[in-house]
Amino acid sequence: MQISREQMLRAYRQMVTIREFEERIHVDIQRGGIAGFTHLYAGQEAVAVGVCEHLTDTDTIISTHRGHGHCIAKGCDVIGMMKEIYGRQDGLCKGKGGSMHIADLDRGMLGANGIVGGGPPIAVGAAISAKVLKTGGVAVSFSGDGASNQGTVFEAMNMAVVLKVPKIFVFENNGYSEHTGFSYAVGSKDIVRRTEGFGMPVFKADGYDFFSVYEAMRQATELSRQGGGPCAIYAECTRFFGHFEGDPQLYRAKDEVARLRAENDSLKIFRQRVTEANLLPGGDLDQVEGEVRDLIDRAVREAVAAPAPTAADVLTDVYISY
Amino acid sequence: MPKISMRQAINDALHLEMERDPRVIVLGEDVSGGAGGTSGEREAAGGVFGLTKGLLPRFGEDRVIDTPISESCIVGAANGAALTGLRPVAEIMFADFVGVCMDQLLNQAAKFRYMFGGKARTPLVIRMTCGGGMNAAAQHSQTIYPILTSIPGLKVVIPSNAYDAKGLLLTAIRDDDPVIFFEHKSLYMDECEVPDGDYTIPFGEAAMVREGEHVTVVALARMVPLAIGVVDKLAAEGITCDLIDPRTTSPLDEESILESVRATGRLVVVDESPPRCSVAADIAAMAAEKAFHHLKAPIIQVTAPHTPVPFARELEAAYLPSPEKIEAAIRKVLSGR
Repeated sequence: MQISREQMLRAYRQMVTIREFEERIHVDIQRGGIAGFTHLYAGQEAVAVGVCEHLTDTDTIISTHRGHGHCIAKGCDVIGMMKEIYGRQDGLCKGKGGSMHIADLDRGMLGANGIVGGGPPIAVGAAISAKVLKTGGVAVSFSGDGASNQGTVFEAMNMAVVLKVPKIFVFENNGYSEHTGFSYAVGSKDIVRRTEGFGMPVFKADGYDFFSVYEAMRQATELSRQGGGPCAIYAECTRFFGHFEGDPQLYRAKDEVARLRAENDSLKIFRQRVTEANLLPGGDLDQVEGEVRDLIDRAVREAVAAPAPTAADVLTDVYISY
Repeated sequence: MPKISMRQAINDALHLEMERDPRVIVLGEDVSGGAGGTSGEREAAGGVFGLTKGLLPRFGEDRVIDTPISESCIVGAANGAALTGLRPVAEIMFADFVGVCMDQLLNQAAKFRYMFGGKARTPLVIRMTCGGGMNAAAQHSQTIYPILTSIPGLKVVIPSNAYDAKGLLLTAIRDDDPVIFFEHKSLYMDECEVPDGDYTIPFGEAAMVREGEHVTVVALARMVPLAIGVVDKLAAEGITCDLIDPRTTSPLDEESILESVRATGRLVVVDESPPRCSVAADIAAMAAEKAFHHLKAPIIQVTAPHTPVPFARELEAAYLPSPEKIEAAIRKVLSGR
């Protein structure tokens, strides 16, 4: 696999940023600083980063309700994101979107999305733009195992194949559609074969291993960028937290999360992989972790201190002209 | 000036704008038709009512996109294309099918700009055929614009004639917000004088179709030609009406309606939608709230009943507002108090 030392360090920094961001929000929510519904991505970092490390601002992604990781991986400003989650006037979306609607169109980030299965049809449109405007870009949608059962996702897969557009469907199977297990909700128990049935190749990856996802996405972008039409990536992974913050997770065995954190932590797996193969010294990784912790501290400090929006802000940004 | 049908006027507008702006694309079911058929005829439909005829041969498959029957993905793809630099004009074959793809309108297109803090541009038009009069029954005849008018973030256009349809569609495609463009299927063959070239009609500007003294009549879409017949007939008796066609329900030209109501003191609102939470009720409430002291009689709403659209000729005729019902309402509002 062709990946430089700088690329590896950058990928690790992105993964650690997602982890620290989410761990910090998990704590701060309990202190009462953050309003609304929040869904954390910690545990799935290897997927978002393995995918997005192949993308530039010309490429687009659309995310889910569990969107922080995808936003960070696609290059959204972490401080702007934290301010948004704190509902601040100078947040990435001026405090009007919040956790479930963070977007940064300049980065090709078409939004987290509060509707399960809402994103893939929109990404088909972004792929049509890439084709018609000949940007050379690809459009990527992230969907969980839950969204994989939505009719909108089936429609999007079929239409992408029919129109032969540069669209990559990323399926992240974290084992749960909200509070219901994958083995119950996915009737065939086989997202890969179901996706192949729509007429596109599926590249399978280990969702705990950045390098595995990175390699799958390399193949996917190679195919889609060269006019080969849509394809998909399938990765099994896990979330370290509940469906939403506050979820008592009664559907999970008592020791499940502890075991996954011990055995299936994508950050530990990355570190072990690169240090054992002498690709990166552990000290470099330690330094990244320190810098990221400082960044997250600063993001929270600035978010807490930032001004709240005013009642007048309710009325702006509905239309461009009306 | 040539007389052409509303169908032709809309087709002309699509040709004009696709010619002028290479970012405009058209997508929907059978917008061309024929793909995968056994005849080899590629443009086998040009839209189920022929509205998009001629676009495929002129502009090609990249810009005139036949989709599978997938309303959610048609609107979703239009949303995504609009967010990323194109100006899509998507077609939902019958407005009733919005029931299939409501999420992409209600939660996506309408919300992007606001949710994303004012950074999104969604220059999008969704055309859809609506309305009764063709015995198309409950799932192919509704005028569901009240539902879409109630959604902040969408603009809603409902032309009543060929001239307005062309000018409003050109405005819609050039608008940077999502626009829902309703086409009443019973008006497609109605003709009027329409200029050949490029012209636009601003949103939120009602048409004063007739001017009079005694009653304000507000009507939409197919109710406008029906109301014209009634208003002209009554004029011969010396009863004169302002007849106002709002043309867009979002934004709504409140001031033109209020100005007229303040002058006449009597308001009849005619709409073929069912009465509850309707555009008619919305306009009546606005007049009651903002022109109460000018009213000389209770406002009358002429609407369809609170039922689905029926099939049989006799039933549909009884369902739809008719010239007789409009005339009776005008006479009643004149007799009130």
